[in-house]
Amino acid sequence: MTTRLEKRFAQLKGEGRAAFITFITAGDPDFDTTLSVLKGLPAAGADVIELGMPFTDPMADGPAIQASTQRALRNGARMTKTLELVRLFRESDAETPIVLMGYYNPIYHMGVDIFLAKAIDAGVDGLIVVDLPPEEDDELCEPAIKAGLNFIRLATPTTDDRRLPAVLANTSGFVYYVSINGITGSASPQARNVADAVARIKRHTSLPVAVGFGIRTPEQAAEIARTADGAVVGSAIVDAIAHEIDGNGNVKPGAVERVLGFVRSLADGVHTARAAAAE
Amino acid sequence: MELVREKVASVSASKANSFRSGPDERGRFGIFGGRFVAETLMPLVLDLDKAYTAAKADPAFQAEIDFMQRDYVGRPSPLYLAERLTEYFGGAKVYLKRDELNHTGSHKINNCLGQILLARRMGKTRIIAETGAGQHGVATATVCARFGLPCVIYMGTTDIERQKPNVFRMKLLGAEVVPVTSGTGTLKDAMNEALRDWVTNVENTYYLIGTVAGPHPYPAMVRDFQSIIGEETKTQMMEREGRLPDSLVACIGGGSNAMGLFHPFLDDPSVKIYGVEAAGRGIETGEHCASLKGGAPGVLHGNRTYLLQDDDGQIKDGHSISAGLDYPGIGPEHAWLHETGRAEYVSATDQEALAAFQLCSKLEGIIPALEPAHALAFVTKIAPTLPKDHLMVMNMCGRGDKDVFAVADHLGVTL
Ligand SMILES: Cc1ncc(COP(=O)(O)O)c(C=O)c1O
Repeated sequence: MTTRLEKRFAQLKGEGRAAFITFITAGDPDFDTTLSVLKGLPAAGADVIELGMPFTDPMADGPAIQASTQRALRNGARMTKTLELVRLFRESDAETPIVLMGYYNPIYHMGVDIFLAKAIDAGVDGLIVVDLPPEEDDELCEPAIKAGLNFIRLATPTTDDRRLPAVLANTSGFVYYVSINGITGSASPQARNVADAVARIKRHTSLPVAVGFGIRTPEQAAEIARTADGAVVGSAIVDAIAHEIDGNGNVKPGAVERVLGFVRSLADGVHTARAAAAE
Repeated sequence: MELVREKVASVSASKANSFRSGPDERGRFGIFGGRFVAETLMPLVLDLDKAYTAAKADPAFQAEIDFMQRDYVGRPSPLYLAERLTEYFGGAKVYLKRDELNHTGSHKINNCLGQILLARRMGKTRIIAETGAGQHGVATATVCARFGLPCVIYMGTTDIERQKPNVFRMKLLGAEVVPVTSGTGTLKDAMNEALRDWVTNVENTYYLIGTVAGPHPYPAMVRDFQSIIGEETKTQMMEREGRLPDSLVACIGGGSNAMGLFHPFLDDPSVKIYGVEAAGRGIETGEHCASLKGGAPGVLHGNRTYLLQDDDGQIKDGHSISAGLDYPGIGPEHAWLHETGRAEYVSATDQEALAAFQLCSKLEGIIPALEPAHALAFVTKIAPTLPKDHLMVMNMCGRGDKDVFAVADHLGVTL
């Protein structure tokens, strides 16, 4: 069975361009805004969507995503609503892969089997669960793969060649290379280090390698897209959403269009990267 | 051949029957524990495990700890018969394990000493830690001063407010105290922030966790370093009474002082074991920190254990008068001891702890920290119901100097 993720990466490979992968937090700042942004992302150039499952204690996230999580939870975000967002998105888009990203506890609390059934039913394609390293694969990774979802693992600068095979063993869909040691939204990576790291990972796998953490501008996204199969932008988009909230906590008129406009500028960076490099 | 097989079988059988053989190689106590961390940290956690295993087997490492425990910390701490409390209760004979007499005023230094020596062995040059009551922060800052290592302490803003004396102590000792505003600004938030620092500074930084929580090997390692409490207690009680105690009582934040007292006695079935969680304003109010009584299994800060959480798996902020007990989780080994029934977990409220705090001060001339005041609150309840030959040991794991301002406040006294 070919998954939506596999199809999407194969298609992009055929077109000779990198995937633009966007991250937003489900329910930030509220359910309706997320749904509007979500529905607009593919037209704004997103090839793959990562949807953050809010958690009170996002240990690997920096201030931007921490704040987005808190906004979402304050406004009633919960796991069932995150899945509902995916279901509503799927009503009008059968192609764009959606990857849920977050932490294990809300999934564990719901029950792994129940969660997997609901996620598949809603139209989820893959999972990234930050606090589940390969050492804990029997918790969620193996059941998820068995159920037909892709399980995307993070590889990091501390993942050395000895460890890499274990990290890649049960990874599917794509590999997410975390370009810096640190939390989301921190320092930007050095393009040359990233190119070396992507090459290193590619020696161990034929899966597409996407790169994220610290990419904030169309230029940076373009630079990454020249060497990787995908560029992930999270905190910068989440920040753009945060800017659309006024002093009373209300979403400003025209917010969704402006956020999607920013997304489009990033997408243009990614999609023209290789063409620009070839000239 | 036959004999060897029999021997192996009997060893593994006795291991299986032991409560002291955990964790397994995955760092699990039953289903609890484990290594639920981001990939960036995983190689570090594995390194730490290897380094600790090697150090444990090195007599020179143990000798270094022993020397420092004696001459720097002041161990062994006395096992003291609290005669006036015993008389007041009119039941069990109550002994206090006097870990509040340690250098820096609590049991936290036992663990810090072991870990700083390990960090040095590993060639780490920068130390970070989280703190709630500030006792672990002070103990960490102390050993960092002693060994000349830079030290960054993460502390929630709520705790900074209620434990001011300790904040100043840490600064005097040369540590940088970083206020944490996320969440309710308590211990859990400080731990999140310390983990964020660690993933950012993987090359040189050692994360010195202050309780029996975190990813494997921390829960086992911190327990081992704290087990000196229980080992001394065993020896001292044998000298004093010629037999084992009948019961042990200790308060539980993450559970390190309790694990330290309990662990050497786990395979002595005659010894009853009580862990006392913070019931805050009462378990029924929802404003408490009793993870076992009021929580459910979940995964946070690198391990699976009982956690305070809502029906969506979001972590709830606890409440306790004691900053050191204000944590929504509990060490995984306690979760396992709870489920196996080897230890019994009870709770004491803010008010009960405040009453015990004053009782101990007046009757014994010992001002306890608010954390062990919870343990004493439970002793107050059960000691009167027990026979006079019942030997009870309570871990007096910290002194109350840090709490006098907060307690005055609660009692409506302006200083
Ligand atoms: C004196 C004292 N006792 C107990 C605790 C709780 O920690 P643990 O349960 O790990 O012993 C603290 C924590 O700060 C403390 O300062």
